[in-house]
Amino acid sequence: MTNYVIKHADKWMKAFAEHIWIVLITLLLSVLLASALTIGAMYVNVLGKILIQIFSVIYSIPSLALFALFIPLTGLGMDTAIIVLVLYNQYLLLRNFITGLNEVDPAILEAATGMGMTKVQILVQVQLPLARKALFTGLRLAVVSTIGIATIAASINAGGLGSILFDGLRTMNVYKIVWGAVLAGGFAIVTNEILQKLEK
Amino acid sequence: MKAIEFQNISKRFANATMNAVNQVNLSIEEGEFITILGSSGCGKTTLLKMINRLYEPDEGRIILFGEDISTVDVVKLRRRIGYVIQQVGLFPHMTVAENIATVPKLLKWEKEKIEERSRELLQLVGLDAEEYRNRYPAQLSGGQQQRVGLARALAINPKIMLLDEPFGAIDAINRMKLQDELLKIHGGLKKTFLFVTHDINEAFKLGNRVIVMNEGKICQFDTPRGIKEHPADEFVASLIESTREQKEFWEELK
Ligand SMILES: Nc1ncnc2c1ncn2[C@@H]1O[C@H](COP(=O)(O)OP(=O)(O)OP(=O)(O)O)[C@@H](O)[C@H]1O
Ligand SMILES: [Mg+2]
Repeated sequence: MTNYVIKHADKWMKAFAEHIWIVLITLLLSVLLASALTIGAMYVNVLGKILIQIFSVIYSIPSLALFALFIPLTGLGMDTAIIVLVLYNQYLLLRNFITGLNEVDPAILEAATGMGMTKVQILVQVQLPLARKALFTGLRLAVVSTIGIATIAASINAGGLGSILFDGLRTMNVYKIVWGAVLAGGFAIVTNEILQKLEK
Repeated sequence: MKAIEFQNISKRFANATMNAVNQVNLSIEEGEFITILGSSGCGKTTLLKMINRLYEPDEGRIILFGEDISTVDVVKLRRRIGYVIQQVGLFPHMTVAENIATVPKLLKWEKEKIEERSRELLQLVGLDAEEYRNRYPAQLSGGQQQRVGLARALAINPKIMLLDEPFGAIDAINRMKLQDELLKIHGGLKKTFLFVTHDINEAFKLGNRVIVMNEGKICQFDTPRGIKEHPADEFVASLIESTREQKEFWEELK
């Protein structure tokens, strides 16, 4: 086992780097998209409900099936993986963003409005800081879920830690299977722990 | 000069069967201290919130210093009006000083000026600046929170103040002090205050004129003496009667 880890260090480190890259890009795009949609939902209340409904349906589709759905459109590879991961994240992010922002005490919002703050000022100076916990929870869930599902994205040639796992499965190499699983699982667990610590 | 005019104002909430405010006409001169008295649910808060356009009336016009408020920029309108909301509504993530600085910051005052003003205001509402300025609302009692709410609304010394039961959670002794303080702040002829209260003594002590409301309508709008001597209807008469009974109760205690 240790033998494999040392001998093929370049291989799994490359996979690890790919994985981190997929996660980072996915999160960046996910947060941008979710923020834009959340702002939209702040102006039109029904939009938030509709979006959460739609994305909850998408979220319930198994990842392999969703990957398969996109292959005819965007082909094999990392791009398709990132698109799918961004879509999954929308449910986790929007649900927490929108409910978090809407849960702010109406009396506080009324005071802010009554004092002459604009909608944007209220969002930035009052709602965002007060909803910080919910925003962060959404973010953490999205990070952990992305790390997990990105592993499966190796099945459509997106690279990442999943490629070690799938390689191992194909060649019946136990070392690869175990090490791939340890890395993917460990990455998710450790990140979750760190983010939870930061949350406090 | 007329500060505030209501012309045939009505407001009905969705799903309601009655108007919360019903065909109100009134005219308030600059410099008046108006108190609004009435039982729970009679439309006092609704009346107030139409002045800073938190609610829009279904009918009628509101004129502020000669200007129809539906034609002016709503954010600018609100920044000219001090507003103490009934539920206090302090920002829990900001300190007392930061809460008070909200509007001055929106208006881009200098830091020193804001700091000086917040000390002055805390003094005014009877809170020691050093002790309280860096506390968060959760670290204050209900009455202290109300006083910070008042200080926050007074920050830029607005010409019009809307005060919705600002002393509801304050004990009798401090309440008297704050009432006197508020009369001083109102001072002279320049500022117009609208002050909602349940307490008839408070209403008659503070107001140079008193609005008595019942079921969305104005029953009477007159000086305290005028109301006492000529109650307009049974509701107003029963209100006056309630204070008599209270007085008798005190006499009997002797
Ligand atoms: N946002 C709202 N939506 C629907 N109905 C409302 C709303 N706000 C107030 N009402 C109703 O309008 C009426 C007047 O309410 P308002 O808050 O003006 O009363 P109030 O005189 O301020 O009472 P209180 O002394 O208890 O504060 C009440 O019947 C109330 O239920
Ligand atoms: Mg009220």
